[in-house]
Amino acid sequence: MSSQHGHSDAHAHNAHGSLKSYTVGFALSLILTVLSFGCVMSGAVPQHLIAPGIVVFCIAQLLVQLAFFLHMSAAPGQRDNLSIGVFTLLIIAIVVVGSLWVMHNMNMYMMHPVMQSSSSSIG
Amino acid sequence: MFGKLSLSAIPYHEPIIMGTLLMVCLGGAALLGWVTLQRKWGYLWSEWFTTVDHKRIGIMYVILALVMLLRGFADALMMRAQQAIASADAAGYLPPHHYDQIFTAHGVIMIFFVAMPFVVGLMNLVVPLQIGARDVAYPFLNSLSYWLTASGVVLVMISMFVGDFAATGWLAYPPLSELKFSPTVGVDYYIWALQLSGLGTTLSGINFIVTILRMRTPGMKMMQMPVFTWTALVTNILIVAAFPILTVALALLAADRYLDMHFFTNELGGNAMLYINLIWIWGHPEVYILILPCFGVFSEVVATFSGKPLFGYKSMVYATAGIGVASFVVWLHHFFTMGSGADVNAFFGISTMIISIPTGVKLFNWLFTMYRGRIRFTLPMLWTVAFMVTFTIGGMTGVLLAVPGADFVLHNSLFLIAHFHNVIIGGVLFGLFAAMNYWFPKAFGFKLEERWGKASFWCWVVGFYLAFMPLYVLGLMGMTRRMNHYANPAWQPYLIVAAVGAVFIAAGIGFMLLQFVVSIRNRAANPDLTGDPWGGRTLEWATSSPAPFYNFAVLPKVDELDQFWADKEHKRAYPQYAHYDDIHMPRNTGAGLIMAAFGTVFGFAMVWHIWWLAIGGLLCMIGSFLVRAFDTDVDYYVPGAEVEKIERARLVPLHKLIENVGPASAGEKVA
Amino acid sequence: MTAITANHGAVAHGGAHEHHDDGSKTLLGFWIYLMSDCLIFSGLFATFAVLGHATAGGPTGKELFDLKFVFGETMLLLISSFTFGLAMLNMHAGKRSKVITWLFVTFLFGAGFVGMEVYEFHHLIVFENAGPDRSAFLSAYFGLVGTHGLHVSSGLLWLVVMMLQVGKFGLTDAVQRRLSCLSLFWHFLDLVWICVFSFVYLFGVL
Repeated sequence: MSSQHGHSDAHAHNAHGSLKSYTVGFALSLILTVLSFGCVMSGAVPQHLIAPGIVVFCIAQLLVQLAFFLHMSAAPGQRDNLSIGVFTLLIIAIVVVGSLWVMHNMNMYMMHPVMQSSSSSIG
Repeated sequence: MFGKLSLSAIPYHEPIIMGTLLMVCLGGAALLGWVTLQRKWGYLWSEWFTTVDHKRIGIMYVILALVMLLRGFADALMMRAQQAIASADAAGYLPPHHYDQIFTAHGVIMIFFVAMPFVVGLMNLVVPLQIGARDVAYPFLNSLSYWLTASGVVLVMISMFVGDFAATGWLAYPPLSELKFSPTVGVDYYIWALQLSGLGTTLSGINFIVTILRMRTPGMKMMQMPVFTWTALVTNILIVAAFPILTVALALLAADRYLDMHFFTNELGGNAMLYINLIWIWGHPEVYILILPCFGVFSEVVATFSGKPLFGYKSMVYATAGIGVASFVVWLHHFFTMGSGADVNAFFGISTMIISIPTGVKLFNWLFTMYRGRIRFTLPMLWTVAFMVTFTIGGMTGVLLAVPGADFVLHNSLFLIAHFHNVIIGGVLFGLFAAMNYWFPKAFGFKLEERWGKASFWCWVVGFYLAFMPLYVLGLMGMTRRMNHYANPAWQPYLIVAAVGAVFIAAGIGFMLLQFVVSIRNRAANPDLTGDPWGGRTLEWATSSPAPFYNFAVLPKVDELDQFWADKEHKRAYPQYAHYDDIHMPRNTGAGLIMAAFGTVFGFAMVWHIWWLAIGGLLCMIGSFLVRAFDTDVDYYVPGAEVEKIERARLVPLHKLIENVGPASAGEKVA
Repeated sequence: MTAITANHGAVAHGGAHEHHDDGSKTLLGFWIYLMSDCLIFSGLFATFAVLGHATAGGPTGKELFDLKFVFGETMLLLISSFTFGLAMLNMHAGKRSKVITWLFVTFLFGAGFVGMEVYEFHHLIVFENAGPDRSAFLSAYFGLVGTHGLHVSSGLLWLVVMMLQVGKFGLTDAVQRRLSCLSLFWHFLDLVWICVFSFVYLFGVL
């Protein structure tokens, strides 16, 4: 074990984070959470900006936590994890977007009761 | 106390089932009695049931698959017989509810408990040897995966005699599979059997990805991996990406049935089509999970028996990866008819047609590999040639079905049945049989004999064409799938031909069993002394047959594709070393079997709503895992001296042999 | 078959050795497991997205969700992520008792989260007459949020086991490896929760 451990200690800062990185990550997450909830709860944000706001803050916080808590990076030791993560993202996109597209399209053509109520606005 | 379970759950009134039960009991008792008489229980427990050796786990997977093939095929014979009879006024011999369970069980068993364990078993047996590893990344997890698959099998088998099985078709579409329309326990057996075995499959997918990414022998780059290992890698990525969706779909169906939720019901906003959407997001990649490793098998077999390196190795790898990704964007072609618009149907139709391109690339690669090669028509090669012809036909009918307009006519017709049996039997099953004949010597140290093997081969091929070509015609004549009875007498002649085909296949299976018996009895006549019976190219042939439990005494160095072939050419194969290091090995454990046994109890209790037993089973399952987590005695070292003894016993006579006959062809001439 | 197998003819060998630990291998495998778990959640999110409006005349998210309460839950989970980070820093520093302390603090916050969620579910089912059997929307809601809650609960069980293991074995390689996996798991649940509060709760009240 000794040889490998020595090796991983050398990368300790990248791989494990430090008190500082955890604190920064925590602070950023707090801010982004407050912003997300604030978007909806404060009533100060214009109606048409609320939804984009939530999405943007959500993605930002996901990235912050990935970087500061899960220590994702493009470093050589992380490359497998990163590429597996990107592939997963692709599959998630296919599953979620694909399902929504397929189901929405079918509901529309088959005049599913759910769509009838909401499609009245569409025409 | 016992939930919905009572003695009336046993179908006494069904003579066919009771007869089967009697035979299973007698056969089982005979087997158990024989093992007891031979005093083999201790051996089986310590050497097989608790093993973490990937080769033995692989062999157990394949045995499980072959046993289930008999069960699944018995179902097929019954269906063919029923349809051959039940024309016009004749009702046949199977009542509808029983018939419906049979076609459901046939599909479930053939996909989940024949094809899947066979494929996973092959990967277990071959992948670590091909990449020069001593075992898989997580040997204990591997054993757990196997036993979880086995618990799925146990639940399906129990369902035949206690209660009933789903009568919904192999994917249990709602709303038919909802409690309102399937009030018996059949669908519950289906759900829990698939959840348990699916968990096992996902775990072994993770296991193999890490094995292939992290445990290759020193020097072996990704682009130097044998093609079978490549296809195994892509397959396992597909497993890990697709099986979670199956888990979700089945869990939500279970929530509908157990907790009165409304995901897929007709009432309160549920949407049955969502289930069909989800299950096919898993289902289509699943098809490629089965076929890709078989493509890998054919690549190995064609290269070996043509005596040439595989034509277009890189294109083969890219085609495999391309098929893998593309398999995630074609799922809707399974339900063109559900009513999506032209844009959706066109997208999925075109993506389906595109996926045939990399498949075509592969076919041409195999042809070019054979071109001007010195082809030896051994059994693996015969299966491969049969595959190339048969699969091409199946692939082309698939492209036909990918046209949404044509699919509207052919959806759920026997044309579809003919198509997917054409690719799954002609592709997957033929590939698995090629692999079985090809790697059998590596697993057991002797070859399968050829005569009965060829008889089996011809019966299978002839039987396949007789059984399924008429179904294409019937599909075009308008006959739909899953019919217990039909009024149109014009269909009957075709169905009789199909039944005759099934009888031929039965003969093929019979000859295959005979092939095993004869080969085992005459094993002294067909020994594999060199470890390389076919003149192979990849690393698994570099070690002895059967491979020692540590696979390689010294991990082979690799710096090119087909390293072992090059080593033989340069007369540096089979090196003998003066000194052998201690080898670190995982210790056998029964924890996987015990956890899976509690899992079976949990599944059975859930099926019958015996809540106390379900909770108990689950807690015991978690508990036995925790006990394992606190066990620190999980590995040991094989002393170098012992390794040396084993290696010398093999290498000294082997070197003499090679001196007499020459290295590259040693295997061929000796065997 | 060879007569010599894993059971006999071998020397038992306790303790650590260079071949034993392959922390990176375990972490890679665990990461892949997390990705498969991620896909389970993606299936549930897709389901929620499709069925989110299928309220069947029953209550909607806007009528049911209390954002202040959800904000509280979010804070608990976020703080627990931070305290887990502190446990990991102490693990790398080799401070055994501090690791246990911070794991315990993490456990408390995690348990607080699960407690709040149980209260919320109970409230919905009993007082609002909005149980999972009321409509497809509520089925999807309970299915998704409940699955996350189940994950947190199993994380709590794992935390207990790890506190025991750190106490019993100390910070051995195996224990460190498992703590690293649990750390990934715990932070991963945080990521899922970010998506839950954004797309289920915040979008739900729009």
